[in-house]
Amino acid sequence: MAENAPAVKGKGTVFVRLEVCKGCSYCIDFCPTKCLAFSKEFNAKGYHYPVLAKPEGCVGCDLCGLYCPDFAIFGVRLKDLEKAPRK
Amino acid sequence: MNETLKAENPVLPYLRQDRLPHIWCPGCGIGSTVNCFARALTESKLDLDKVAIVSGIGCTGRVAGYMNLDSFHTTHGRAIPFATGLKLGNPNLKVVVYSGDGDLFAIGGNHFVHAARRNMDLTVICVNNSTYGMTGGQVAPTTPLGATQTTMPYGNFEPPFNLPFLAEACGAVFVARWTVFHVRQLIRTMKEGLAKRGFVFIEVLAPCPTLYSRRNKLGDGVDQVKYYKERSAVKDGADTREVGLSFQGDIAVGKFVDRDRPTWLDAMNRHYSSVLHDYHEVGHAED
Ligand SMILES: Cc1ncc(C[n+]2csc(CCOP(=O)(O)OP(=O)(O)O)c2C)c(N)n1
Ligand code: SF4
Ligand code: SF4
Ligand code: SF4
Repeated sequence: MAENAPAVKGKGTVFVRLEVCKGCSYCIDFCPTKCLAFSKEFNAKGYHYPVLAKPEGCVGCDLCGLYCPDFAIFGVRLKDLEKAPRK
Repeated sequence: MNETLKAENPVLPYLRQDRLPHIWCPGCGIGSTVNCFARALTESKLDLDKVAIVSGIGCTGRVAGYMNLDSFHTTHGRAIPFATGLKLGNPNLKVVVYSGDGDLFAIGGNHFVHAARRNMDLTVICVNNSTYGMTGGQVAPTTPLGATQTTMPYGNFEPPFNLPFLAEACGAVFVARWTVFHVRQLIRTMKEGLAKRGFVFIEVLAPCPTLYSRRNKLGDGVDQVKYYKERSAVKDGADTREVGLSFQGDIAVGKFVDRDRPTWLDAMNRHYSSVLHDYHEVGHAED
């Protein structure tokens, strides 16, 4: 289940499986560059999910991915993504 | 949307995806520990066909069933005896016990004590959320003094266990504690624990927003993780007598104990080699 990246402006980006997010805010609160924010929209279960509000700030450190208890988000460095084979 | 960049969540290959989504509540910390465990497995470079994971019953007890490893979900409190049998039946396995504080220290306390005493070669990861999550928030042997629980409606008056002290006193060779806030440190410690021979104990403090935080008016899971961030201090090598936890008080984290003594298998091999004539030693995974 490969996911699309939302926007690419910084050194990294995030992939979000928004339908499995439970809106706990771990990723938003513990992102070191504070580049995530809650969506205005709800997912099918009624939760707000993270969006890359400041794409230029994301460094792809994947701390969001380590915190997310629902395996709904992860971050990648662009230089790693370009090296990886396209799925 | 950028249609050209695609990638897969690196944790998903470690999970039985047909069993997802998992049952854990929004803001429950157990899933974060699973991310760290998956990462530690990658970094450990262990042959995953030789890693087995055993859990007891509870919300944390679901971890074994979600991991895409050889796994067993035992009865309540019996993860350690099952894991002991697995290890001794096939010493080539790396056996991990992943369970809750109630499972490992209330109903399963006796097994913990003896496996540590024997220095059984197991990696025990305890997700300590200070309560019995799965059954509705009853008082646990880890509930801090003063915390309210369904069975302690006026606040807990039973002194809790100090788990690192208990583990060290019983004989564990590696004892560490982190919280769900300390994801990177937890990965490092899990990796180190997986490489260590003997009885390894890693305590991870995690929020149970549904039954612990809410009942104690502590907000959501994320608020508890912020509390971990604010009140934790790294104290590697600390005297484990001093790392007990209090209600929303200071938290000592780090690696407290790292020592060596013969594992149960080492002791058995040594003993039988000396008293029996044609004894063949039973190996360890690392040998
Ligand atoms: C023999 C037996 N006694 C009691 C129970 C009920 N029970 C299920 S889980 C649990 C406690 C779980 O607490 P903990 O291990 O802390 O895990 P958590 O759910 O908090 O992750 C209890 C008492 C049971 N399943 N089996
Ligand atoms: S990858 Fe790092 S910088 Fe990017 S959103 Fe996640 S935590 Fe923030
Ligand atoms: S940490 Fe995961 S579940 Fe929580 S808000 Fe972020 S994406 Fe959603
Ligand atoms: S009851 Fe508590 S421990 Fe169990 S899934 Fe919910 S938050 Fe997690």
